[in-house]
Amino acid sequence: MTDMHQDTGLTGTDAGAADAIDAGTAEAFLSHDQSLRHAPGPYFGAYGGRWMPESLIAALDELQDTFDKAKADPEFTAQVAELNRNYAGRPSLLTEAARFAEHCGGVRVFLKREDLNHTGSHKINNVLGQALIAKRMGKTRVIAETGAGQHGVASATAAALLGLECVVYMGAEDTRRQALNVARMQLLGATVVPVTNGSQTLKDAINDALRDWVANVETTHYLLGTAAGAHPFPSMVRYFHEVIGDEAREQILEQTGRLPDAVTACVGGGSNAIGMFHGFLDDREVALYGFEAGGDGVETGRHAATITLGRPGVLHGARSYLMQDEDGQTMESHSISAGLDYPGVGPEHAYLADIGRAHYEPITDAEAMEAFKLLSQTEGIIPAIETAHALAGTMKLGRRLAADLAPGEQPSDRIIVVNLSGRGDKDVATAAGYFDLLPDDSVEQEIAEEGEQL
Amino acid sequence: MTTHVPDQQQPEPGAAGAPASKAAAAIEKARSEGRAALIGYLPAGFPDVRTTIEAGIAMAENGVDLIEIGIPYSDPVMDGVVIQEATVEALANGFTVPQIFDVVEGITRKTDAAVLVMTYWNPVMRMGVRDFAERLAAAGGAGLITPDLIPDEAAEWLQVSEELGLDRVFLVAPSTSPQRMQNTVDASRGFVYAVSVMGVTGARTSVGAAAQAVVDAAHDAGAERVCVGLGVSSSAQVREIGAYADGVIVGTALVAALRDGGVQAVADLTRELSTGAAKVSAGGSA
Repeated sequence: MTDMHQDTGLTGTDAGAADAIDAGTAEAFLSHDQSLRHAPGPYFGAYGGRWMPESLIAALDELQDTFDKAKADPEFTAQVAELNRNYAGRPSLLTEAARFAEHCGGVRVFLKREDLNHTGSHKINNVLGQALIAKRMGKTRVIAETGAGQHGVASATAAALLGLECVVYMGAEDTRRQALNVARMQLLGATVVPVTNGSQTLKDAINDALRDWVANVETTHYLLGTAAGAHPFPSMVRYFHEVIGDEAREQILEQTGRLPDAVTACVGGGSNAIGMFHGFLDDREVALYGFEAGGDGVETGRHAATITLGRPGVLHGARSYLMQDEDGQTMESHSISAGLDYPGVGPEHAYLADIGRAHYEPITDAEAMEAFKLLSQTEGIIPAIETAHALAGTMKLGRRLAADLAPGEQPSDRIIVVNLSGRGDKDVATAAGYFDLLPDDSVEQEIAEEGEQL
Repeated sequence: MTTHVPDQQQPEPGAAGAPASKAAAAIEKARSEGRAALIGYLPAGFPDVRTTIEAGIAMAENGVDLIEIGIPYSDPVMDGVVIQEATVEALANGFTVPQIFDVVEGITRKTDAAVLVMTYWNPVMRMGVRDFAERLAAAGGAGLITPDLIPDEAAEWLQVSEELGLDRVFLVAPSTSPQRMQNTVDASRGFVYAVSVMGVTGARTSVGAAAQAVVDAAHDAGAERVCVGLGVSSSAQVREIGAYADGVIVGTALVAALRDGGVQAVADLTRELSTGAAKVSAGGSA
């Protein structure tokens, strides 16, 4: 075989030549000199940037400058680490899910337990970091957008902890459906503003938050909830979530002695996924999978599978994949999961998709709900419906990996780490309605019909 | 962020074979008559395309020097409630982006007013910057006002607009740094749009002192023409701003007039606003 690698292609067999070419290509990819980690922005390939009104550029510059200095300041990084450890409850566990894994082709599955963080999801990582940044800039007020209320609750939590005024913009329809989350934010001292314009959804809540920011930028920081938006938000939000992947990588090495074959996460805007992926970006042998909301099915048009079916465009400050019509108008997205129901996606995901470093696939509502039930009943862990998309994708991926083993290999030789980004307490009413678990005349049934996510 | 702003300052008329700036010509004509230019905004397709054309012509016949036609867009982050509601209605009534060229052509065919299109960037990017620009030029349009496109991201538009002789109106704000002011003034063609207040579109009782500071800074950076927008709704405000700016932009008040009183109300308000445009004492200043 040594001869073949040295030949010119004239003396080797066809099969041997093909092998040599494949090995060479793979080698070039694997030995890629350029690290993908810590991409600073503003651009991720052709994506990212600042497609923003000039009025906000000075605030983005100030934010970038403050963030860059904070990252290099040991006092700041110690502050973040201390809050992560003693307030959020980090490091989060890495739990092997042996019974659930039986439904994933028998590969080993590990859950990165972001559901165990304070406030019940990964969101706390970002809000604590950004609230500290807001304080460093001397801002006294933070604003945030929210769909189902998770980021709004997390923002209100960080604001309460650090003594900042907090205003949360939320689609008017969502404030009605999510009345308990509105109450939760109010209990934490935040003001919730129902957004009545446009389609009254998450994207319109972001629009109104941006309008507030333009008018109040001297006192106010916009605490954006996902790794999207104008520079420096995508790289900054990722920075605060990198702890997920860093911990997971260390934990899987400790528990199994090796890196996983694949790492999976759900993708709406993409903050939990980018934080998880980041730890493994330069481990080219680890495949990365993002699972988008396929809603009723991508063929129906009622979905939020932005990378799968979107086209590049600009929305909310970044160039990225975008669900848009032929006129460039943003289309409404659809998903049973409010947290994934967003027509855009973070620009770094768009780049990772284009270069083939990460793969993105749609998961339907029905597939996600099946995985939701399965994890609950096999592991005693009720996941967020967002997270259930990652679990459903992991089931499919595990079966594919198990079907593609080399002779002599067992399914249990394959390892997948899933980011269990949030817990499902908020989704109990939706799930109970979906699985028809509520008596017809119960108050909960009425709530579930309206899509309430408790 | 690095900027890609070519050093191409203000266009000399006919420079490089491209047409002269229509917006600059309109503002200079007003200046020669001792006035600040009056610029009126309406969104296309509100309530329908035909009415937009009629209202645009009515503005031109009643004292507006430049007309700014907005493309209704799903996510207008720089717009206040009145314009948002109008554009939502236009979209609900079936407005499609290519109709903007019908509106521009319909107005330019009947009037001498320079017609600029005000658009968020994604619809242009979706059609293709060159395709959009060529169709706009063919329809007789003067150029684009781009509220969410900064020169840093505008490499393609800078090139295409230069080739076709279209105006590039970028915005500057009270928060704009001296360095960015210089870059933006250098990248603009036709005029520079000075945002009067930190906020979104909508009528305000006062535009405050910040507006004059922005205009002065833009002039100091070499801008020959600086027009002020956001919050202007009365002839008194037009007069106040016209004393130091080269043009005054009125949007929300005209949209509300069209909504409440139709084309006739737009004509009446334009006539009233135009009485404020005469420079009180500095008539004909070069």
